[in-house]
Amino acid sequence: MRLLNLFKIAFNAIILNKARTLLTMLGIIIGVAAVIAMLAIGEGSKESIRSTISSMGSNMITISPGADMRGGVRQERSVMESLTLDDYKAIEQQADLLTYITPVVNGNGQVINGSNNWPSSIYGVNPDYLNIKVIELQSGSMFTDAEVQTASKVVLIGQTVVDNIFPDGGDPVGKMIRFNSIPFKVIGVLEEKGENTFGQDQDDVVIAPYTTVQKRILAIDHLNQVIASAVSEEDAPDAVTQVTEILRSQHKLTDNEDDDFHVRSMEELISTFSATSEMLTILLVAVAGISLLIGGIGIMNIMYVSVKERTKEIGLRMAVGGKGSDILMQFLIEAILISITGGLLGVILGLGSTVFIEKFLHWPTEVALYSIIISFAVCAVTGIFFGWYPARKAAALDPITALRYE
Amino acid sequence: MSKEIIKIEDLKREFTMGNETVHALKGISLSIKEGEFVTIMGSSGSGKSTLLNILGCLDQPTSGTYDIDGLAVRNLSKNELATIRNEKIGFIFQSYNLLARTSALENVELPLLYNSKVSTEERKDRAIKALKMVGLGDRMDHTPSQLSGGQQQRVAIARSLVNKPVMILADEATGNLDTRTSYEIMSLFQELNEKGITIVFVTHEPDIATFSSRTIVLKDGNIIKDYLNKEIQSAATELALLPVEDH
Repeated sequence: MRLLNLFKIAFNAIILNKARTLLTMLGIIIGVAAVIAMLAIGEGSKESIRSTISSMGSNMITISPGADMRGGVRQERSVMESLTLDDYKAIEQQADLLTYITPVVNGNGQVINGSNNWPSSIYGVNPDYLNIKVIELQSGSMFTDAEVQTASKVVLIGQTVVDNIFPDGGDPVGKMIRFNSIPFKVIGVLEEKGENTFGQDQDDVVIAPYTTVQKRILAIDHLNQVIASAVSEEDAPDAVTQVTEILRSQHKLTDNEDDDFHVRSMEELISTFSATSEMLTILLVAVAGISLLIGGIGIMNIMYVSVKERTKEIGLRMAVGGKGSDILMQFLIEAILISITGGLLGVILGLGSTVFIEKFLHWPTEVALYSIIISFAVCAVTGIFFGWYPARKAAALDPITALRYE
Repeated sequence: MSKEIIKIEDLKREFTMGNETVHALKGISLSIKEGEFVTIMGSSGSGKSTLLNILGCLDQPTSGTYDIDGLAVRNLSKNELATIRNEKIGFIFQSYNLLARTSALENVELPLLYNSKVSTEERKDRAIKALKMVGLGDRMDHTPSQLSGGQQQRVAIARSLVNKPVMILADEATGNLDTRTSYEIMSLFQELNEKGITIVFVTHEPDIATFSSRTIVLKDGNIIKDYLNKEIQSAATELALLPVEDH
């Protein structure tokens, strides 16, 4: 009953001072909404960077032949013949931190279909390749291990190749094409990947079993690369160490000899990217923090002034029998109502503007739950505290002092 | 012999202003009985408002005793004082002190909002009754800015009545009003007094004092005169004698 009366009093006071209430709320609304929207943008770009990296195969490990001195002349890596199929088999059997592994041999040549031809690169790999590179198939299927064994003349082609040698459309799967002079049967088309971060067209490829490429096209028995994927992004550095050890013993290198190969994970790339996005987030958090602080100061000001200017009213309320606790309660209820309503409106506005940004500006956004909780809590607590604190001071006054306050 | 509503003995009130101590009340003793209409007179600075504030439990004496309706105020906590103000005292101010932008009815209801014994329906009933008693039955929805000074003071009087107090304390209640309106208000006070409500009225206008049954004159914090009025003037009669104003 008593609390109900106080609610009525507080509610009336809020209604009576619409403009002031609205201004107070505005501070809270904008503070909360700004924080939510900004952190949503920050999280969104972080997430989009993360997904870009993982679409490149974030746990990929690349093993390439390296520094082989021939008469003091360092040779280009691709002409090295120090990486062999035996190395690949040793790694495949011994390394337990890898999920997929494939040898890679590659060469360039002309892809020909009737009167259309197109220069492209052919990659000789095994079926694991698609999993490591995170490539989906648009149609058809990947070749099998059996087709690798038998060095079958089958290929999968990327969209750029399709566009250039099948300009009239139609499904290339099942058609025969030629790579240089060797006929191949197209068994699949790769899903479009677009350009990678370095501007290379990832769709301008032809994929075939490595045995076929080794024997029928390049006539080599060494490998250009071995690529593998680690069990997880976190395990990538350990996997690198493991592979290095296996290869060192495989190549019978003594302790004071340098590696004659290179093992690289995407770690550096990832750490560069995540450092950038971390910085972006820190920046946004700082901006959001400042807007929250300014919002808080706004709330503080208005609450403080509104209690001060109502000191006389407080005096009157005490003169007609309001207890100090009643006065305090009234202002506390007012502050809570204003802060909570403002906070909720802020959350709605924040979420709304996030949707707006996503829809109309096409920025990736991701609303973080913690941003809602933190901003709402900060605004509510500031509002309530600065409604309560001056009210407590006023409630402690003698009624006559409050009444005479000008 | 009717009972004593107010009994004060050797009441002192000192204010400290920097290094100086101001003695506003220098040891006052008096008692006021139920049904009395007392005016407290004195020039400004004589301590009359200080005395009224103490009587109204808005302020605390530095020393001395004060009993209100048999209760010793000295021993009461702040909350108990608030309850006394709420249930036993009706306070009327010179500047009305109504809540702005709030209807007359809600202004009158205010004291009852702090009295948890009164239900919502009873609160409204009593506020309407009080407003009718002061002749504002048709202005209940008006806000203070839509009312004249005299009407605002009537709302304040209704507010002071609504809790059925044992006494009404008025601090220069006619100070902001013209003579005609003052007399109207005084006649209202006289009516209320006739119904048995004790009134203590602070004023510095001698003609207002002639409407009361007893006058206490203060000077420099001491009582210099305390007398019963032999011939109490009727405010209603005086009002009728005033020259009719041109409108």
